[in-house]
Amino acid sequence: MDESQDQVRSGWPLYEVFLRGKRGLNHVHVGSLHAADAEMALHHARDLYTRRNEGVSIWVVAARDITASSPDEKDPFFAPSGDKVYRHPTFYDIPADVPHM
Amino acid sequence: MTDDDDFAAYQSLAEETEDHRWAFGTGFSDPLEGIDTSVPVGVDAAALAAYCLALGDDALIYSHRLQQWVTRLPELEEETALANIALDLLGQARMLLSRAGQAEGTGWDEDRLAFFRTEGEFRNVRLVEPADADFAELAGRLLIFSAWRLALFGELTGSADPVLAAIAGKAVKELAYHRDYAAQWVIRLGDGTALSHARMQAALAAIWPLLDELFRADAVAARLPGVAADPAGLRAEVDGVVDAVLGAATLDRPGGAPLASVGGQAGREGVHTEALGYVLAELQSVARAYPDATW
Repeated sequence: MDESQDQVRSGWPLYEVFLRGKRGLNHVHVGSLHAADAEMALHHARDLYTRRNEGVSIWVVAARDITASSPDEKDPFFAPSGDKVYRHPTFYDIPADVPHM
Repeated sequence: MTDDDDFAAYQSLAEETEDHRWAFGTGFSDPLEGIDTSVPVGVDAAALAAYCLALGDDALIYSHRLQQWVTRLPELEEETALANIALDLLGQARMLLSRAGQAEGTGWDEDRLAFFRTEGEFRNVRLVEPADADFAELAGRLLIFSAWRLALFGELTGSADPVLAAIAGKAVKELAYHRDYAAQWVIRLGDGTALSHARMQAALAAIWPLLDELFRADAVAARLPGVAADPAGLRAEVDGVVDAVLGAATLDRPGGAPLASVGGQAGREGVHTEALGYVLAELQSVARAYPDATW
């Protein structure tokens, strides 16, 4: 989206919304919305995605600022790790008194 | 940081509850839970009922006007925002009308009070009656209404009636958001293009005559010392907030004479603008056509 300032915008840009729920430690992507700027996006996110008491923290980010991996690159990106099960730390005995594992 | 501190930090972040379906929302609460609903000794019950009725009517009528905007707004996101605000106000109206029925001792419930009173029996201020001419008027009226109601309910959180205090305690959080939402739009439109500025200024001019009524002396409130708020005492806070928003929005404070009362009577005495009849016709028609209906 590289519209110049003097052009009339046909619609507001897209923002992606991330919520942290009461029990969640991390923000989770919940959807997207349209807004004129980031502050309005935050308000819209509150109105659209926390109506059922879901969240305690919101992040919004302009969709155009997200760099995503391409589906075409799926195999070179992800297939090489598919047979390397030893990368999971499942071959250790975890002592009973170690929390959060 | 010790391991214990680390653990405590995680615990406070997680806010563990019994309901593990966090994605659906948890931790709902009833604002009136555990509140004694008997009218406190020394409080004029009839005046308390009338006071709650008036505050409930403000929210009920304005909620209906906001609902009329849904499906007419420029963006889907704004529809949800306005519907949320209308629903907050409807919730306030329900609790206040219920309290009015309770205090009066007539046994009238919220539905009876909302649907089976005539125009002259409503006690809302006239600010909430007219339909907004455009989105600028919606933003301007919501700013004035929520700034005033937030100041009023801020006072009522210390009311001697525990039910009114609890209702106010819940409402101030909602109203703070409504005010923030409206202020944001007034600033965007006022400090936007030449056209949006002119329309926002015109909207304020249309609303302004209804402002003074919010701060008129109120005979009912005067009978409720320690329970009700003095309307005149709210003016400084509301003016401060509104002037700050208008300043940021590069808008001028409109002049012009206030809308006259009729024989010294206005909304709080049951004297309304013609707009209220249209709101009530729509609001009440189903309940009156099918009085025994349940849903």
